[in-house]
Amino acid sequence: MTALLQVTDLSVAIGALRLLDGVSLSVERGQILGLVGESGSGKSLTATAAMGLLPLIGGRVTGGAVYFDGRDLARMSEAERRGLRGRRIGFVTQNPMTALDPVQRVGEQIDVVSRLHLGLSKAAARARTVDLMTQLRIPEAAAVAEAWPHQLSGGMKQRIVIAMALAGEPDLIIADEPTTALDVTVQAQIIQILGGLVRERGMGLLLITHDMGVVAQVCDRVAVLYAGRLAEDGAVGPIFAAPAHPYTAALIGCIPQDGMAPGSLRGIPGVVPSARAFPSGCRFHPRCARATPDCAAQVPPLAPRGAAGAGRAACLHMLPEAG
Amino acid sequence: MSEPLIRIQGLSRRFDTGGGFLKAPRSMMAVRDVSLDIARGEVLGVVGESGCGKSTLARLVLRLIEPTSGRVRFDGTDLTALKPAALRAARRRMAMVFQDPYSSLDPRYTLAEVLAEPFVVQGQAVTQDRLAAMLAAVGLPPAMLGSHPHQLSGGQRQRVGIARALALSPAFVVLDEPTASLDVSIQAQIIDLLSGLRDRMGLTYLFISHDLGLVRYFCDRIVVMYLGAVVEVLDRADAAPRHPYTRALIDSGFAPDPSRRRAIAPLAGEIPSPFSLPPGCAFAGRCPRASDLCRRDIPALSAGEDHPVACFHPL
Repeated sequence: MTALLQVTDLSVAIGALRLLDGVSLSVERGQILGLVGESGSGKSLTATAAMGLLPLIGGRVTGGAVYFDGRDLARMSEAERRGLRGRRIGFVTQNPMTALDPVQRVGEQIDVVSRLHLGLSKAAARARTVDLMTQLRIPEAAAVAEAWPHQLSGGMKQRIVIAMALAGEPDLIIADEPTTALDVTVQAQIIQILGGLVRERGMGLLLITHDMGVVAQVCDRVAVLYAGRLAEDGAVGPIFAAPAHPYTAALIGCIPQDGMAPGSLRGIPGVVPSARAFPSGCRFHPRCARATPDCAAQVPPLAPRGAAGAGRAACLHMLPEAG
Repeated sequence: MSEPLIRIQGLSRRFDTGGGFLKAPRSMMAVRDVSLDIARGEVLGVVGESGCGKSTLARLVLRLIEPTSGRVRFDGTDLTALKPAALRAARRRMAMVFQDPYSSLDPRYTLAEVLAEPFVVQGQAVTQDRLAAMLAAVGLPPAMLGSHPHQLSGGQRQRVGIARALALSPAFVVLDEPTASLDVSIQAQIIDLLSGLRDRMGLTYLFISHDLGLVRYFCDRIVVMYLGAVVEVLDRADAAPRHPYTRALIDSGFAPDPSRRRAIAPLAGEIPSPFSLPPGCAFAGRCPRASDLCRRDIPALSAGEDHPVACFHPL
């Protein structure tokens, strides 16, 4: 079976800056892939490439390819790609305010997606809109559909954006930090609702986040990006139980947990390098506690981590399997 | 027992808006009748979601904004009664670190100018050596003194914000979401730095955050706020919550452990508008334990079995 979204050895540049270097990942139907990394690691750029929107930001593919449902995006016409977005690929941005038109009622903004992509009549589109809003647990959906964006809370606005993404009955949802701008109690609701809908409808979800807690809670698989390269990927269970890449382990160790002794919360020293000055060899080596001179000299290949099928990691000194 | 460094008594702040053409004036209580002590050397956390009044409380404590009623005593002095000149003198011993290190540093200033400003305001001279030492104390190389903020990463900027706050050797520092706009990997560095500085300089912190996990990790005591009022004061970071809202906040955090996946019973609804609060407990509309009493009367913050909680039906 072909994956819904298959990114193969993708390299992307903007001008002279080579921002993504050989990134591969795939999302199957009914599956949630978490794409994690610090700011500047290339998460959003990967999403932009997956939607065929690189030209909008002046980027270009310099190697590899993106396949949607088996078809190479680069070999489609712009009209075909436009037909995919909204209809087969739904997108949820981090900040709902930038995704909504401030001078159009929110219900109409959802209606227009199913009228355009599914050819529904005005009345049928509205019925569908109200139904979607109800599934997203918006109380009194028919009344809220008549509201303007500024009348809604941040959590409510983000639900409207998710309803817009769902309205075209897409096969794949790409969500870029969908809950980062929301309050914690609302974040928990939205993540659960989104995860539940994806599984129920057999869609795929590419969930971009910096929060390893969110990944552990809802994702099936995870891909860890660092400075434009894949550091580690695989099923969520084994990776959280025993991360092979020191960067993955460090990201997990950044989250405060119950019962942590004072001083035991670990950060990652230094900062993500700029694409103008990526370090030689493994790009994480200047920040890595396990780095040796080898790490600066050679680029570590992506190699199987532990047992067969348990994912891959790009590290010369993988962490030993815990327990 | 020595007197607390900060004593907050019955502090309230009302904001009024509107009252323009065809618009009725409206008002809201951003902070409602808050009383708290902060002991010397303590890290007191204040946690809550947007609109709970935590940032307004932080600004009231430093008297950056004026209270509608109530008092703040700092080391025995009533800040709320001070005249401007005396207040400026008192402020040498208090400081604030802001959430967004991108907007809290003037982009035209060099770091040397940023760090010299507190001395200029207080009419004091400062040497280059002193400025270099201030940078070193927050883990930045003295060579950065000539840099501008745009040349720094977010974490480095926040270090500069901390160095500026500590310029005049304050006793008390308000930290308003100091890591909220940083990557989680950088957050731990900043928390480590703050923790070391507290030990070295004997500082007292008021730490404002929306992240209960972080507050439980870093703070000695925790104040939980909801819509302007204190709903619970946890005496220890690991104390069991008694208010249903505190419980919900804890349950909303995702542990980075897929084997502990759980269905979160999400809180019904969202935070009501502070301009039109229902009568009774402000949390009643979202609370699984709410009764008619909760929808009618406002529960007072009273000493519960082990710590203060404002709830008619505590856990």
